[in-house]
Amino acid sequence: MKSLTKFVDSFGAILLAIIWIAPLLFAFWAATHSTSDAVNLRLFSPWTLENFRVAWNGAPWVKYFFNTFMLVTVILIGQFFLTTLAGFAFAQLRFPGKEFVFILVLMQLFILPEVLIVENYAMVSRLGLFDSILGVGMPYMASAFGIFLMRQAFKGVPIELHEAARIEGCGLLGILWRVYVPLAKPTYIAYALVSVSTHWNNFLWPLIVTNSPETRPLTVGLSIFGAPENGVDISIISAATLMSVAPLLIGFLIFQRQFVQSFLRAGIK
Amino acid sequence: MSAHANLERRRQAIYGWLLLSPAMVLLTVFAFYPSIATLWSSLFSRHTRRNPTEFVGTENYADLFADPTFWLVVKNNLLYAGITIPVSIFIALSMALWANSKISARGFVRTAYFTPTVLPMIAAANLWLFFYTPGLGVLDQIGSLFGLPSVNWLGQPETALWAIIIVTIWKEAGFFMIFYLAALQTIPEDLKEAADIEGTSRWTYTRRIVLPLLMPTTLFIAVNAMINSVKLIDHLFILTKGGPSDASKLILYYIWEMAFAFFDAPHAAAITVLVIAVLGVVAAVQFLYLDKRTHYQ
Repeated sequence: MKSLTKFVDSFGAILLAIIWIAPLLFAFWAATHSTSDAVNLRLFSPWTLENFRVAWNGAPWVKYFFNTFMLVTVILIGQFFLTTLAGFAFAQLRFPGKEFVFILVLMQLFILPEVLIVENYAMVSRLGLFDSILGVGMPYMASAFGIFLMRQAFKGVPIELHEAARIEGCGLLGILWRVYVPLAKPTYIAYALVSVSTHWNNFLWPLIVTNSPETRPLTVGLSIFGAPENGVDISIISAATLMSVAPLLIGFLIFQRQFVQSFLRAGIK
Repeated sequence: MSAHANLERRRQAIYGWLLLSPAMVLLTVFAFYPSIATLWSSLFSRHTRRNPTEFVGTENYADLFADPTFWLVVKNNLLYAGITIPVSIFIALSMALWANSKISARGFVRTAYFTPTVLPMIAAANLWLFFYTPGLGVLDQIGSLFGLPSVNWLGQPETALWAIIIVTIWKEAGFFMIFYLAALQTIPEDLKEAADIEGTSRWTYTRRIVLPLLMPTTLFIAVNAMINSVKLIDHLFILTKGGPSDASKLILYYIWEMAFAFFDAPHAAAITVLVIAVLGVVAAVQFLYLDKRTHYQ
């Protein structure tokens, strides 16, 4: 009886896993076979890398990759800088108006940047940042989520360390830099992984703010490449899709454990 | 002594505001001001060559409420939320229970469940396009093996929104699983042992012990899923573009289309205000709940 339930459990779990991974496997299969073989599901047809070659030559992918890389880097640097300072102020300093400002920050958790696209677009244009990587990244830098996360991390630092550093003659910013930041390293790593994977995958806002191949990130490039008016077929779209998800996917498979733990750390606190 | 304390207090205040200011400036520029500006511009008419902008009060809202497309989009989004939230929570819970039990190939199972989470929605949509395409797609190929007729999943109003819903569930269930998995690992082993000694069935154990203990996690996930049901619309751009005849159009896509395809910013602003109002209610509920949870700790 016990072994039967175990068998049923394993069977169900693995079946669901296969269903869950199937779209990706099919895409891989389609990308490595000729279009006519792929659409007719000829399972034993020969393999080919031709689709990847066609897809690679069909769009400035190197530029797109570079843009996405720059975008996630710029956002991450901005977020680290801003959320460290604000998180520290909220966690360890006492000043009038703190509670009120903190509630304002928490409100931003629910006013999603995605919803404010119209006015943020106007704002970015006003600042002269339209069609620039900075323009895509800026609305995300002062992340309420990040501020909250850093505040929690800094609150966990023992006050004795703070006092000790102060007695040694360390200034407030010195204490932040030498005591708090090193101790919050796991939180930074977690936040970095979440931030990078979020913005690597972001689409709507970059679509609105970018207008040229010079600034377009991968997701926007991929959607334009796959648009029906470009007339590319399913095998080539699959190849392009796999190419653009490959870095994050391979990274995930290698660092799976850290990845999952980071998502947890970022989400639960 | 008191002079010293005074000095220290003033120092902290100055540092506090200095450290906050960069973040506050950006939050003001990209969150607070735009929210107010949205409310403001929703009260004005659209600027055209003939008619300059003028104050129209709630006319934009009245237009929306009189527009059947608006109600269709709201209905679509309610259905989208009403299906994706419970179904992805249920699947996430099943995934977590499985991934946490002693089954074979557990590593593979966990990876498979979580993988869609790291893909961009655009890429996910491309993958699913291969399933949905009429005649050539995988679903049709499988159907034809059983003699079923070809179905244009994305091209007919009855199925388009469902096709979108399935992609969303596929994308987010694995993400929610992680939170359940973490919560499951905090449930003490002795509860299971006690239940075994009492001869409790596994179903009763799950229903009476595990599920109640997972309740806070479920609420947390539900709020996230609710936010996702507003936010996750990228796949519409690839799969349906809101069609056919608006059957799969969701609110955020509608805002985008209104503002950037039809250049009707005032009406887009009016919808945005309504969405923010709804999110505000969700936020209030969340805060109340968070409050309650801190009392428990």
